[in-house]
Amino acid sequence: MGIEFNKETYRGDYTFTNSPTAIKRFPFPFDKDSYMYAVNMEPHTPVREGSVYYNSFDVDEHYVSEMADRAMVLDEDPLRCQSLPHMELAGWDLLELIMAAKAKDYPDLFKLTCDGDKWHWVNKPLGIDETFTFMDASTLPYGPMEYITRQTQGDFCLLDQREENLWMDAGMITTQADWSLDFDIGMNFFEWHAPVPLAHEKGIFIRALKFLLNIQQGAPARRLNWTMTVNPLLDTSPENYHKWGIQKTTLTPENVGSKQYLRVELQSFFRLPRSNGMVFPIRCYLIKLEDLVTYPKWARRFHRVIRDLPVELATYKGFIDNRPMILDYLAQFDDGAETSPGVWPED
Amino acid sequence: MPKTKFEPSIISRPVYGELKPKNGKSHLLIADVEGAQAILDLAKKAPTGFFNQAHIIYIPRHTGETYLAKLQKLNAKQHYVGPSFGAAQQRIQRVLSDAHNGLQIYLAGSEGLIGQAMREAIGLGFPHQAIQTEHRGSKARRMQCVHCKGVTEDVSTDPFECSHCGLSLFVRDHYSRRLAAFQGVCVDAEDPGNVPDKMEIT
Repeated sequence: MGIEFNKETYRGDYTFTNSPTAIKRFPFPFDKDSYMYAVNMEPHTPVREGSVYYNSFDVDEHYVSEMADRAMVLDEDPLRCQSLPHMELAGWDLLELIMAAKAKDYPDLFKLTCDGDKWHWVNKPLGIDETFTFMDASTLPYGPMEYITRQTQGDFCLLDQREENLWMDAGMITTQADWSLDFDIGMNFFEWHAPVPLAHEKGIFIRALKFLLNIQQGAPARRLNWTMTVNPLLDTSPENYHKWGIQKTTLTPENVGSKQYLRVELQSFFRLPRSNGMVFPIRCYLIKLEDLVTYPKWARRFHRVIRDLPVELATYKGFIDNRPMILDYLAQFDDGAETSPGVWPED
Repeated sequence: MPKTKFEPSIISRPVYGELKPKNGKSHLLIADVEGAQAILDLAKKAPTGFFNQAHIIYIPRHTGETYLAKLQKLNAKQHYVGPSFGAAQQRIQRVLSDAHNGLQIYLAGSEGLIGQAMREAIGLGFPHQAIQTEHRGSKARRMQCVHCKGVTEDVSTDPFECSHCGLSLFVRDHYSRRLAAFQGVCVDAEDPGNVPDKMEIT
């Protein structure tokens, strides 16, 4: 497979960059020239080898640097990773799910050997070689959820299922689009989504919850969500908003192409076998406008989506003030030509 | 004083009802400030003997002695008047952890009191849907600063200054039962120093 891992930063000098391969496999979220909320779920099954949809937990060139950034966030604020006491079993479920999937999908990078409850885990990119007892948290340096999610790209919401609802009772949240695990932990599906505009009225969350409650073991689902971020900043947390919010004002017509990023979340949903809980990984992909517009189809379509997005959504997604500048930049790549259906750049 | 009316808001924002006597083996009534009137109104509808099995915990704060004599006349089996929620907290925890099946819980007064008492009850396994609440008095809120995590009590303006870190925060309707607090978020992060005029929370 041979992934070459970038040495790059998501803060300070922002040396994050996407290779041509990473640009081509970017999960562009718009399959047509307009956008409105939809439940838009599909089975999380392999699509197109090499795409971000091919493996259960996509590992890409950003893996090592992204994990280093997570470790820094956790050093600064340990509350970004929390688990209510009844969630440890779900944490073991998650650890098993990820270790088994990564060892199967990336045998040159990860190796898992199980001899009864004596497990041996090798993570070559991060230089980890661990022997531990499955279901005995005292044999790991962290709780099971924290241990494995310090080694897996994306945020993780670990959900308990009861009273016909899903409860955000644990999580590892360091790359979030402006929501706080520390505040939302313990909330049910409707409560933690309460601040999202328009979608409640459309019945989106009622339908989404119904879908999620019925997800079966071995049949995960996925969807995409998106927002906009200035600079390749993973940690756009509300906790640090008073520090990063100002960066939104640094856009100029000259730098918008290189500083404005489209931020896409690949959200997936897995049933967990022992706890009957769910895990909801939220994997963040970033691409600067300059790289996005290298594919003419994406450039045309993205211009139209941003131009026609309702004001409420542009406000909620936090780029209403910068929208005119972003549109001026994108307009030069939109000649009005028709775009082909679907998300793939060259179809 | 009439019950408080709130504008419709987002789903995480608590909604309050009107206290009604329910059948139960015992009754725990916790109130602060004008919430005393909600207990007095409930008493008018309560069956004979209701207060023989009742425990009232009341925190008058700025209302001083306004309601004390009237509450006393209800002749509750246990009657406690304290200076603050913090002072009453351990007593509340003890009563809740000693509770048997059939305890009914009634909370009335400020959002801060209702939220904090609710949190104690939920923490001991009482389902929040089974707890009655009635809001009375000021619409001041208990706010958590999302940045420093400090809680500021009795916030009556939007924006307000965090009493811990000093940032100017805007008042969200997003509410955490676990923290018994609304969320406050920096109001001038994208334009430092440009803090809007304070408005009374309505």
